[in-house]
Amino acid sequence: MIQTSEAIYKYLRPDKKFPHVWCPGCGAGIVMGALVRAIEKTGLTKDEIVLVSGIGCSGRMSTYLDFNTLHTTHGRALAFATGIKLAKPELTVIVIMGDGDATAIGGNHLIHACRRNIDINAIIINNNIYGMTGGQYSPTTPTNNKASTAHYGNIEKPFDICKLVEACGATYVARSTTYHAKMLDSLIERSIGKHGFCVVEAMAQCPVQYGRRNKLGGPVDMLQLYKENALSIGAYEKLTPEEIADQFPVGVLVDKEEPEYLDKYRNNIQKAGGNVP
Amino acid sequence: MKKAKEVLLQGNEACAMGALAAGMRFFGGYPITPSTEIAEFLSVELLKVGGIFIQMEDEIASMAAIIGASLAGVKSMTATSGPGFSLMQENIGYASMAEVPCVVVNVMRGGPSTGMPTRPSQGDVMQSRWGTHGDHPSIVLCPQSVMECYTLTIRAFNLAEKYRTPVIVLMDGIVGHMWENIHIPENIEIIDKREPTVPPEWYEPYEDLPGGEIAPLVPFGEGYRYHVTGMVHDSQGFPTLVKDEVEQCLNKIIYKIKNNLHDIIEIEEYLVEDAEICIIAYGSVARSAKEAVKMARGEGFKVGLIRPITLWPFPRFHLEHASRKMKTLIVPEMNYGQVYGEVLKSSPHKAVKVTRVDGELITPEEIMKKIEEVAL
Ligand SMILES: Cc1ncc(C[n+]2csc(CCOP(=O)(O)OP(=O)(O)O)c2C)c(N)n1
Ligand code: SF4
Repeated sequence: MIQTSEAIYKYLRPDKKFPHVWCPGCGAGIVMGALVRAIEKTGLTKDEIVLVSGIGCSGRMSTYLDFNTLHTTHGRALAFATGIKLAKPELTVIVIMGDGDATAIGGNHLIHACRRNIDINAIIINNNIYGMTGGQYSPTTPTNNKASTAHYGNIEKPFDICKLVEACGATYVARSTTYHAKMLDSLIERSIGKHGFCVVEAMAQCPVQYGRRNKLGGPVDMLQLYKENALSIGAYEKLTPEEIADQFPVGVLVDKEEPEYLDKYRNNIQKAGGNVP
Repeated sequence: MKKAKEVLLQGNEACAMGALAAGMRFFGGYPITPSTEIAEFLSVELLKVGGIFIQMEDEIASMAAIIGASLAGVKSMTATSGPGFSLMQENIGYASMAEVPCVVVNVMRGGPSTGMPTRPSQGDVMQSRWGTHGDHPSIVLCPQSVMECYTLTIRAFNLAEKYRTPVIVLMDGIVGHMWENIHIPENIEIIDKREPTVPPEWYEPYEDLPGGEIAPLVPFGEGYRYHVTGMVHDSQGFPTLVKDEVEQCLNKIIYKIKNNLHDIIEIEEYLVEDAEICIIAYGSVARSAKEAVKMARGEGFKVGLIRPITLWPFPRFHLEHASRKMKTLIVPEMNYGQVYGEVLKSSPHKAVKVTRVDGELITPEEIMKKIEEVAL
């Protein structure tokens, strides 16, 4: 396994824009570590990878990693990524989004990327809150929880991101948490190897804007909660609906084969009599 | 431009064909009248040349996708009208800030909001200049004929590459839907991506080069790893708040256009030499204006026409220069006076307007009436 110090020099941009903007105890860095370890295992070179991010705390990851990197507008990362992938299919395109980024402002792009089944890897860092703008509720904030714009408790129902993208046609859907960091590596690694639209949801603590407001304790307490509530998909499915409280399944939730967008597109180029790239 | 063959084309089609001739190989769009024919045409023709056509989920995504494609090294374009153009604004600003070449065609329709989908207008002159937030440059070209839909779309791609910036082709619905015979030129000037002259370790995508030269944008995946962001950035592309770097970043995008006005601005002048009255008109209205000039000359009025082909940057110095000799400037437009406002800036006491916002075109007679009014 790649050592931290090696990873810093191999994949980070230590001489560029550090220190990073993340708060102490933030989960985003753990997800970044998992991503780097996953990429190391795929054997891809840095030039073969494009890392696209949206706007938010998690969106800053593209600044720190030494790939071809693109920090886009809020919610639009997948749409930018679609253009890159279609224009240069040989590139491996990885997209990092926050939960608000991916499912609120970018919800439309997310569901359509799933439907198209384009070969892009989306990693959604779900911290259940809008971190960067100071803790407003997001589409994944649990009902009754507090946020800076939900002082009296959130009255909206949260999305289950994995179920959402499954319903929209993603061919690979997986979830892990920052407590289960090694599982996260392998889920990401598998998604990069998969030919189709893949979503990995990474549950990651935001102790500063979410944890504190909801009295969840510090980063360690929040990791403890992930440890307790995350069940392997097999164990989770054994629960009856009455038994399910805060538990959620982790692991590979969907993995199926379906024709990929560019492959279908190449067929049409042939029909049109064009030269298939 | 040399030999040519003649074909009957619609403005929208000519625009799409011009884009193909310029080497555009990625189109992302969302249908909207009166620009739809551009997408429809390209959904057939792009595949024949191995290019990519994708109908995105909305205009925000379309604009994002063409920026992505351009960063991957492919010339890209989108086309839209009124409300769709509004949705694109955030990412047009992104392309401006991140200095990513691309072309946006806006076939204007009556507004605001859903307005008059099938009726022409010139209501987006200011949106094409200031639609996105912040101070930023813009290059906007305004064809008046089917031929110009072809040639100016090519020019838009050339300017986009040369200045690493989004370029807008602003057509009114009349020009987009008009049919004319045009000569497709065989030899056209095409500006392509420039190769980097330095090895990857030295490459700075936002470097200020001597003499105002613009650093080439190396496509992703070619060994030149760098960062692209819509945030104010340093010469390497990383977000910065350091005062000098902020100013350098913002000045750079403004001055690369400001310092090259002579190259970017194109106008057409018609009988202005001895004119006492000058009409300033663009797009389809310029054609009515030219007719009006002919009518007026027939009746002995000394009238000329200045047609901004480049609408932005606005040809202010040309107008200031010309207007010194003129008694009156007449600005007919299919809006309440958007270019009229610009003309007032260069000639405060001489400009009058002719406006029409009912979705009908401005006739030569209407302009003639105004000429008589101001001449007598
Ligand atoms: C169009 C637009 N609207 C709003 C914002 C402000 N904004 C920046 S980040 C953000 C939310 C970030 O939350 P999330 O996506 O969950 O990421 P996190 O910061 O929690 O990692 C918002 C609303 C913006 N940048 N652009
Ligand atoms: S606000 Fe939350 S998500 Fe953002 S850096 Fe701080 S801890 Fe992380």
